[in-house]
Amino acid sequence: MKYLKAEDIVNRVDSLINVLPPSIIEELKEKLPKFKLTEEELEKILFTVVKEYEKSLVEPGEPVGVVAAQSIGEPGTQMTLRTFHYAGVREFNVTLGLPRLIEILDARRTPSTPMMTVYLDENHRFDEEKAKEVGRNIETTYLENITESVEIDLISGSILLTLDLEVMRDKDISVENVINALEKLKVGEVEMVDDNKIAVRTDILDVNKLQKLRNKILALKLKGVKGIKRIVIRKEQGEYVIYTEGSNLAAVLKVEGVDPTRTTTNNLHEVAEVLGIEAARNMIIREAMGVLEEQGLDVDIRHVMLVADMMTYTGRIRQIGRHGISGEKPSVLARAAFEVTTKHLLEASVSGEVDELLGVTENVIVGQIIPIGTGSVQLLMKSTSSRGKT
Amino acid sequence: MAMGSKFNIFDHELVPEHILLSKEEAEKVLMRLGVKCNQLPLIRSTDPAVRAIGAKPGDIVKIVRKSKTAGISIIYRYVIPS
Repeated sequence: MKYLKAEDIVNRVDSLINVLPPSIIEELKEKLPKFKLTEEELEKILFTVVKEYEKSLVEPGEPVGVVAAQSIGEPGTQMTLRTFHYAGVREFNVTLGLPRLIEILDARRTPSTPMMTVYLDENHRFDEEKAKEVGRNIETTYLENITESVEIDLISGSILLTLDLEVMRDKDISVENVINALEKLKVGEVEMVDDNKIAVRTDILDVNKLQKLRNKILALKLKGVKGIKRIVIRKEQGEYVIYTEGSNLAAVLKVEGVDPTRTTTNNLHEVAEVLGIEAARNMIIREAMGVLEEQGLDVDIRHVMLVADMMTYTGRIRQIGRHGISGEKPSVLARAAFEVTTKHLLEASVSGEVDELLGVTENVIVGQIIPIGTGSVQLLMKSTSSRGKT
Repeated sequence: MAMGSKFNIFDHELVPEHILLSKEEAEKVLMRLGVKCNQLPLIRSTDPAVRAIGAKPGDIVKIVRKSKTAGISIIYRYVIPS
C-alpha cells in the first residue's frame, strides 16, 4: 500500500477551490492529512464530499424568499412580545425580542433604545481608571448636571450659579473650564464670586429674557459627545467595555482611547453612513441573529443573510414593508395584492403601467403557472426557418 | 480630542475589503456572471467605503466578505451616483 504524503493531499484539496467553498477546503486540509490515505481513498472521499456539497445547494428555481420568511416567521411567533433585557447593570435596558426584530426589519431611522458598545484601545482597556477617563470624554455633561442651584438677580441683571464641587471632581471638570465655556457663550461678564459660585453679569433687565438666558446657560455642553446620555462601564472577558445610552458613532470613533475597529452602535443607519452599506449588512445580520439567539431560537443564519442582502442591495437600507421591498416591486398586481389594492391599481392605470407577469403573485392572480421550481423553465421551439441555418 | 490621523474604515471589523476593478477586470466579471452591470447589487458613490478606494459611478467594486457559512464569499457591486 502506498500512502499519500500530507502535502500531496493538501495540493489535491486545493485544486478543488472552484468547486467547494473556502470553509470546506480549510476543513479538509486540516483533517485529511491526519489519516493514512491511498490515492484511491482520497479520490473517493473528495468525490463524496463534492457530491454531498452539491446536494445541499439550493436548487435552481427554489423559492428561497418564502423559505426564509417562514423560517424566521415561525420561531418569531414564539418570541416574548414585550421584553426588556438588562444589559449588565440594572438601570440600563435595551429593547430586545420581537419589538427589536421588527425595528431592524423596518429599518427605523432611530431605534427606540439607541445604544453603543464602545471598546477601548490597548492603553485603556485593562485599567478601570483609564476606562473611566475615556468614559468621561464620551458622556455629555451639561452645566445643569454640575450646578447645585441657580439664582436670577433681577436688579443687577445677573445669574448666579452655585456649582457642586464634588460632582465636578467626579466628572473631572474644573471651575476654570466652566468659566471658559461661559465666556465663549458671550452673554455677559463672567465673574467668580466664591469658591463654588459664578456670576454671569448682563445688562438685561427683562424677566423673560433672563429666564431664557438661564435655560441657555444650563444647557451649555461642557464635555462629552453629543447624543450620549449616559454610560455604564463593564468588565467583560478581562477588558473594560463602555456601554452608552444614546448613539453617535462618527464622533465616538474619534475620541481618544476608543478602539475604532470594534466599536459599534445598534443604529443601522448610522453604521451605513459612517462605515458603508456592507458594514450595515453585517450589522443587520449581527443584530437580527443576536435577537433570535437571545430568545433561544435556532434560525439558520442564511435566512437572515438573505434578508440583509435584500435590504441593502440598492445601496441604501430599505425596510421590508410598504416603503421598501414590498412597496417597490415592479409588478402592479403584486403591489396591489400586498396593501391598499385600489390605490395601486388606480395609479397604475393612470400612468399606463405594464405588468410583465414575471413574479409569483401576478401569476397566481391571473391563474398561470408560477415561475418557481419546474415552473421557471421555459421551452422554446426552433422554428423551421432557423432549423436550416444551424 | 481627535486622534489626529484619520482612522481607516477598512480596519473596522464590520467593513469587508472593497477592491476597485479595472475596466478589463469588470468586463471579465460581467462576462463570467452573464449579467449587465445594472443587474448587480448597487453601492452609492457617497458610500464611505467607495470614497475610501476612490471608485466613481460606473465602476464595479469587488467585495470580499467574511462569511460564517462559506468562509469567504465574493460579491460585486455597481457604483451609482446618489
